[in-house]
Amino acid sequence: MTTLEVKNLVKDFSIRSGWHRSTLRAVDHVSFMLVPGRTLALVGESGSGKSTVARMIARLEKPTSGQIVATAPDGRPVGNRRFRDHVQMVFQDPFASLNPFHTIEHHIQRPLRLHGRAKSRDEVDGLVAQLLERVNLAPAASVAHRRPHELSGGQRQRVAIARALAPGAQVLIADEPVSMLDVSIRLDVLNLLARLQREDNLAVLYITHDLATARHFSDDILVMYRGRVVERGPADEVILHPKHPYTQLLASAAPNPEARGRSQLAVSGSIEASGPALPRASSGCNFRDRCAFAMEACAQVPPDFSVGVDHAAKCWLYAEASAPEHTVVEGSPA
Amino acid sequence: MTNISPLTEPVGEPLQAPAHADPGGARPRSVSSWRAILPRWSPKLGVGLGLVTAIALFGIVGPLLVGDPSAINNIGLTPPGSGYLLGTTQTGQDVFAQLTYATRGSLQIGLMVGVMATALSAFFGIIGGYVGGVTDESFSLFSNVMLVIPGLPLVIVISAFVPAAQRGTTMIAVVLAITGWAASSRVLRAQTLSLRNRDYVAAARVSGEKPWRVVTVEILPNLLPVLASQFVFAVVFAILAEAALSFLGLGASNSSTLGTMLYYAQNGFALQRSAWWWFVPPGTIIALFGCGLSLINFSIDEIINPKLRTEPKKRAARRSVAA
Amino acid sequence: MTTTSSPTAPDTRRRDTDSVLTVEHLDVVYQVASPVHAVRDVSLTLGRGEILGLAGESGCGKTTLAYAINRLHRPPAEVTRGSVTFHDRDGQDLDLLALENEDLRRFRWAKLSMVFQGAMNALNPVTSVRAQLDDVLTTHVPAMTRRARRARCVEVFELVGVDPGRLDSYPHELSGGMRQRVMIAMALLLNPQVMIMDEPTTALDVVVQRGILREILRLREELGFAVIFITHDLPLLLELSDRIAIMLEGEIVELASADEIYLRPQHPYTRKLLDAFPSLTGERGAFIRSGASSSREQLPGTDPNEVDPR
Repeated sequence: MTTLEVKNLVKDFSIRSGWHRSTLRAVDHVSFMLVPGRTLALVGESGSGKSTVARMIARLEKPTSGQIVATAPDGRPVGNRRFRDHVQMVFQDPFASLNPFHTIEHHIQRPLRLHGRAKSRDEVDGLVAQLLERVNLAPAASVAHRRPHELSGGQRQRVAIARALAPGAQVLIADEPVSMLDVSIRLDVLNLLARLQREDNLAVLYITHDLATARHFSDDILVMYRGRVVERGPADEVILHPKHPYTQLLASAAPNPEARGRSQLAVSGSIEASGPALPRASSGCNFRDRCAFAMEACAQVPPDFSVGVDHAAKCWLYAEASAPEHTVVEGSPA
Repeated sequence: MTNISPLTEPVGEPLQAPAHADPGGARPRSVSSWRAILPRWSPKLGVGLGLVTAIALFGIVGPLLVGDPSAINNIGLTPPGSGYLLGTTQTGQDVFAQLTYATRGSLQIGLMVGVMATALSAFFGIIGGYVGGVTDESFSLFSNVMLVIPGLPLVIVISAFVPAAQRGTTMIAVVLAITGWAASSRVLRAQTLSLRNRDYVAAARVSGEKPWRVVTVEILPNLLPVLASQFVFAVVFAILAEAALSFLGLGASNSSTLGTMLYYAQNGFALQRSAWWWFVPPGTIIALFGCGLSLINFSIDEIINPKLRTEPKKRAARRSVAA
Repeated sequence: MTTTSSPTAPDTRRRDTDSVLTVEHLDVVYQVASPVHAVRDVSLTLGRGEILGLAGESGCGKTTLAYAINRLHRPPAEVTRGSVTFHDRDGQDLDLLALENEDLRRFRWAKLSMVFQGAMNALNPVTSVRAQLDDVLTTHVPAMTRRARRARCVEVFELVGVDPGRLDSYPHELSGGMRQRVMIAMALLLNPQVMIMDEPTTALDVVVQRGILREILRLREELGFAVIFITHDLPLLLELSDRIAIMLEGEIVELASADEIYLRPQHPYTRKLLDAFPSLTGERGAFIRSGASSSREQLPGTDPNEVDPR
């Protein structure tokens, strides 16, 4: 099965405001590995860089530096031409990711043909029907001839998933696949992804801002803040025992009906940065200006420190406890 | 101040549950993609189509049914009647016959300019918009320059340069096309830029489509309403501009168009002689044709911008009374 | 079909003197080619100082309901039945659907104000924030002097926790959270008795959302206004509201206190909604209804068309 490794990914955008040009570092040395059969969640708020990471892996953007290496089942790296056979993406907006002009059948048979999975009309029809049935859009015959506007949001997202599977990809990037769907449908779609992952032993990257579904559906979680991965570890560990102050802030800020009736919440760290995000170079820890525990050491960019089994956080608070880790590769068989 | 639209769903989504309400039922209600983007029937569209079709027929079939428009007669300037539906010119030529040939001539030019201008604007607008970078910058610069130069004076100057002998219909059409494509290309570029960032274009790229296929298969079909609208604009512009040119004597020589009719009418002092039958008909045809095309364009606008769709008032009033 | 804990049930009814808004049997229809019954027979009462959550998914009619109460709905939307009564603090009862022109203008914003979804759409991008706040004051309290207006703007900014120094900024210069706070500040200008908030935090990050919610609760304590909070985020409402109304296809299918909804949901749709939110801190695989660990595997016969239970 294909594995995907991301090493030290960096993406800079140059911003022009009037005469000034500055650089916004959207992704700052991000590394992780996607392994068959495991889901990795990339959690962060808007501006954290998670979608940029996804777009770079899907080759919609070019990284400023760093490597994205897909390794085929036979151990050899996947070349540029075959990359898209192995790595596919499901987009966030089910209304925008399907072309309103074409039928569902067109959306699915294009990647089938492009990647050589089917040649003759019959083969194509058969595979299209098969894929539609796998994503629970039945009967395939009636769905295939419809156009996107005739389907509901949840159905469209299923079509998007079918399209992503069509090339036979083994690495799936799901960029906030359910955040634009109705609440009662979200779990159905996420369950579908989970089932497909089990059946096909896929490696899934699940990008979201919702901690609860991240915990529910993934094996490991990476928390991103302003371009850096500030904490990484097994899903339960990171959510139930967050170590990095930002993760703690996220976890405590999420609505939690078990704490019904609480009016004031003691939340560590300031809720809001003082203004719109400003471009910045790496001058120490990103979270410094909002952190309740900021110290002098924070003027330096913290490396990963181990805070548990396979659990690491980029925070000087944990400096004495252990020596800095080198790249913690996530998801590798323990 | 506020965009008070209580619809929280994206525009264009049906409010009621779409046809999937029958679980497992096989109801292949597939709306053809062409029907999906054709304008909805409305009185506007009816009138517009009616006018355009009538005038087009007049121009295409008319010349086959009338006599020789350039046959000179001794009767001189006569009002309508006694065998001449629209009277005669000062040289005794049948105005009605002239009108049919003139309409045909104008239509020809209109169509040619429409096609050429749209092709040019599509090239500079769509390709520039999709490719981006230096290509886009230079195409954009070029079209901006063409836009800034005043249209009619430019047409007049170019026309004046071309010696009268070579100033045929095609040449005039070319001149009009190269002065009229720029505005349209900006619109197309803007649309392409907007479409280029849509997720389905990104999805097509991730699927592995080649760029030229992305443009033709994914982007172009969604540009069709805008292209159609720009084409109609170009035709209207062509007919009016050609009329202006001809009126000034810079139009196509050796060919008859509505504009040349007006030119000759003016030269023959039709106005001073109250020979309304000579200049009113061509002017009316120009006006009606432009009106018809614009009405069609309004209907096309409704496809592009669904918010413009209005419910026929009579039905609404009846219903609210009943409720 | 509907299991409504109707407003007459003892534990949810408010005595008339305690309610600030009463909606009775309201119907709103979109008069289009095939008319859409966006709001059907909705009745509810809002107590003074109460936070009523209005939960539902897209298309259920919650925003239409809010607009209709506010008389903001435009053709083709039309109120075809029902009444909306505002019980003023000074004892007067106002029939909101019958108010016209001057009375309506005087009522709006002064007694009942609204925070719209998407602050970027609701704020005028070409004027400063101060000018927009001033606008409200000059319209409703023409007698106010410029100095008094300025002071009120500062006061209201401090109330919502935004630095008054930002009063002269333009909306695009403010972050999303600040813009939403400005919207809330604007809604507070005239000390209304009711605030309707339509998905005020949906587009915001969860941390910023937490801040806004804190402000709303604090302000409610300080100023005593009632809130109708519209959102699809049920866990949020469970935390925040006193009572919750669940809307489905234009009808209120359940209306009860937050506790009741959480612990003893009656209507299948309410249970379905609750089941849609995984628990953050509970058992792995559990949903926010404590202990309910439903296995939500896709069964072969599962309806792929996501039609709601009837």
